[in-house]
Amino acid sequence: MTAGTLAAEGFRPARIALVGPPNSGKTTLFNTLTGGRQKTANYPGVTVERKSGLLKTPIGHTVEVLDLPGSYSLRARSPDEAITRDVVLGRQTQETLPDAVVCVTDATNLGQHLRLLLELQQLGRPLILVLNMMDIAQKRGCQISVDALSQQLGIPVVTTVAMRKSGVRDLLNQIDSLLNRTSTQSEATAIDWVEPSPEAIRAYHREVERLLQSAVVSEGTPERLTRQLDRVLLHPVAGPLILLALLFLMFQAVFSWAAAPMDWIDASVVGLQQWLSTHLQESLLKSLLIDGIIAGVGGVVIFLPQILILFLFILLLEDSGYMTRAAFLMDRLMSAVGLNGRAFIPLLSSFACAIPGIMATRTIAHPLDRLVTILIAPLMTCSARLPVYVLLIAAFVPATTVWGGIGLQGLVMFGLYATGIVGALVVAGVLRLTLLRGGRQPLLMELPSYKWPNATNVLLGLWDRARIFMRRIGTIILSLMVVLWFLSTFPAPPAGATEPAIYYSFAGMIGRTLEPLLEPIGFNWQIAIALVPGLAAREVAVAALGTVYALSGDEGAVSDALTTTLAHSWTLATALSLLAWYVFAPQCLATLAAVRRETNSWRWAAFMFTYLMILAYVAAFITYRVALALGGG
Amino acid sequence: MNKFGGQESPPSAMDHKASAGLAQPLSQLSRGSVGRILAVQGGEGDVERGLLEMGFVEGACIEVLHYGLLGRDPVAVRINQNMTVALRRSEAKAVLIGPLLDQSAATLLTTH
Repeated sequence: MTAGTLAAEGFRPARIALVGPPNSGKTTLFNTLTGGRQKTANYPGVTVERKSGLLKTPIGHTVEVLDLPGSYSLRARSPDEAITRDVVLGRQTQETLPDAVVCVTDATNLGQHLRLLLELQQLGRPLILVLNMMDIAQKRGCQISVDALSQQLGIPVVTTVAMRKSGVRDLLNQIDSLLNRTSTQSEATAIDWVEPSPEAIRAYHREVERLLQSAVVSEGTPERLTRQLDRVLLHPVAGPLILLALLFLMFQAVFSWAAAPMDWIDASVVGLQQWLSTHLQESLLKSLLIDGIIAGVGGVVIFLPQILILFLFILLLEDSGYMTRAAFLMDRLMSAVGLNGRAFIPLLSSFACAIPGIMATRTIAHPLDRLVTILIAPLMTCSARLPVYVLLIAAFVPATTVWGGIGLQGLVMFGLYATGIVGALVVAGVLRLTLLRGGRQPLLMELPSYKWPNATNVLLGLWDRARIFMRRIGTIILSLMVVLWFLSTFPAPPAGATEPAIYYSFAGMIGRTLEPLLEPIGFNWQIAIALVPGLAAREVAVAALGTVYALSGDEGAVSDALTTTLAHSWTLATALSLLAWYVFAPQCLATLAAVRRETNSWRWAAFMFTYLMILAYVAAFITYRVALALGGG
Repeated sequence: MNKFGGQESPPSAMDHKASAGLAQPLSQLSRGSVGRILAVQGGEGDVERGLLEMGFVEGACIEVLHYGLLGRDPVAVRINQNMTVALRRSEAKAVLIGPLLDQSAATLLTTH
């Protein structure tokens, strides 16, 4: 029975795996093939994302397309590449052997990319070769005889322009004819395979040479633009300066561009609260809705614009090919503290959120390199810390400009980010000299040609991030807000109470219990209360402060901006101390869970929690005492 | 035909030693040097296979394009005019570079 008839009779759709080296345009092809019909899940046991999507072929087959992590060879060097190998070989649990493999190669770099195809061909499974980015190859005067290549290899070969829907028609037709003649009887039989020896790889190289000699009609001229750009962007002096300027621009943009959408969200939240407040009867439910849920969730949703802008930059840098240059420029500095240049990419992602950052470390092959990167990822200021920073900076740092137009508030923010980075480098260096001594991974990294970022790739990436963030709000944050509201509302104050109601609540009790512990670093009981839910997720602390102060004041205080309230009730030393605390404190259960999953042990998650907690306390203590001594009391 | 004819780099940037016929490791070449890979040696661990998989194979033409600022490390190398790979000097030691001759001469060299 063919896969086509299977699909028609309602069995599982035929499954095709996209395999290709990094930078072969595989993901762009995947996006064009499947459009919005994608889903992202995790492979069991590891956090490598399983990206799949559905497509309908011209004659009506429904096909599930799997986008496997990019790999130069089946000899996997990282957990990411191991997934590719295992799926292709049928070794991956809960994943049957794909009915066919589509090997995606960059037509302008066949000399390097065809080797993977030869490895795949050894497996004897149905295979299609895609020469992607054919438009670019042709523009450079490169001519390849598809027929000759197909004849030599004995498999279908198609050219694609992955960015255009019309550019994949040949591929769809080939998938159709392949499915019509392929049987899917070979279910779940793993393929025998041995790692190629160095001599085998050399033999593949010679075979590729031979193939190209018979199939390449004209080589075309090599690309010049990337060389010229790199002359500046990888210049030993100009390169790092440009990188620094780019990062600075990125963080300035996060604040200035996001201002308007944040105002809109803020206005809508306040409007909703006012509307509910005039239309609902005075009751506990009303309090829960307005003070608990809407104030809490609204206080977090407001950071969506900043998170999206940060990810927009990261996705643009990644898709254009600049990100590997950043890794190149940073490698020496990072290797000084025992890290790999590749760690730069996960660490940069950690500025948006440590969880995708920690997940991205799976491209680092060496276990020790990877572990160190995971352990310092939370020191990169993630967007969940932004709410706290923004609030405190707005309340305590004047909005003036220094040194000819640089905003002081932005500068302080930059300083906080810098503190996290320096802290991370120091921690990495110390870990590498003590607990995690040992060998390192070679750098060996392709610097792909620059290209314009693909709009679909970037938009789908952004959509993915927005979805993850909103899901977090809908689950963890929403439930924490309800719990927090409960803790700060019950029990009700006794008759004749002299303190605000929240002082007598459960939250107040917890806060007062923690107060002696936090008093040396300048935290009052309101902060202590906010830190409790803030342990689950950092941004919740802002919402919690809102709840604490809104509930502990009179009616008027509810509508008072939190900024103004804080500026009046805290000293500068306390604010600075809390900022220092937030640079280091491990206040994110989701991150700890991700660390456990990636390292496969609670031990490292516990280690991370402990060392960050100690750093946070020490940093806050020093900051508070120094600020007091300088008159910040 | 010299594949590297007509490059923008000034002739003075060409490395004399690489063109003069003495074999030396890739880690010793200066920026702008061109040459052909004579041998990829074991090095540490799986460095050999890693290098081979990134295109560092006997007979391939290389050109040293860029350095990092500190310790002139890492190095960006163009392989066969169509792929640029970054690697550290410590790994580059494993790649032995000879003069840029035509293909047949290079093959002759590696077989001896």
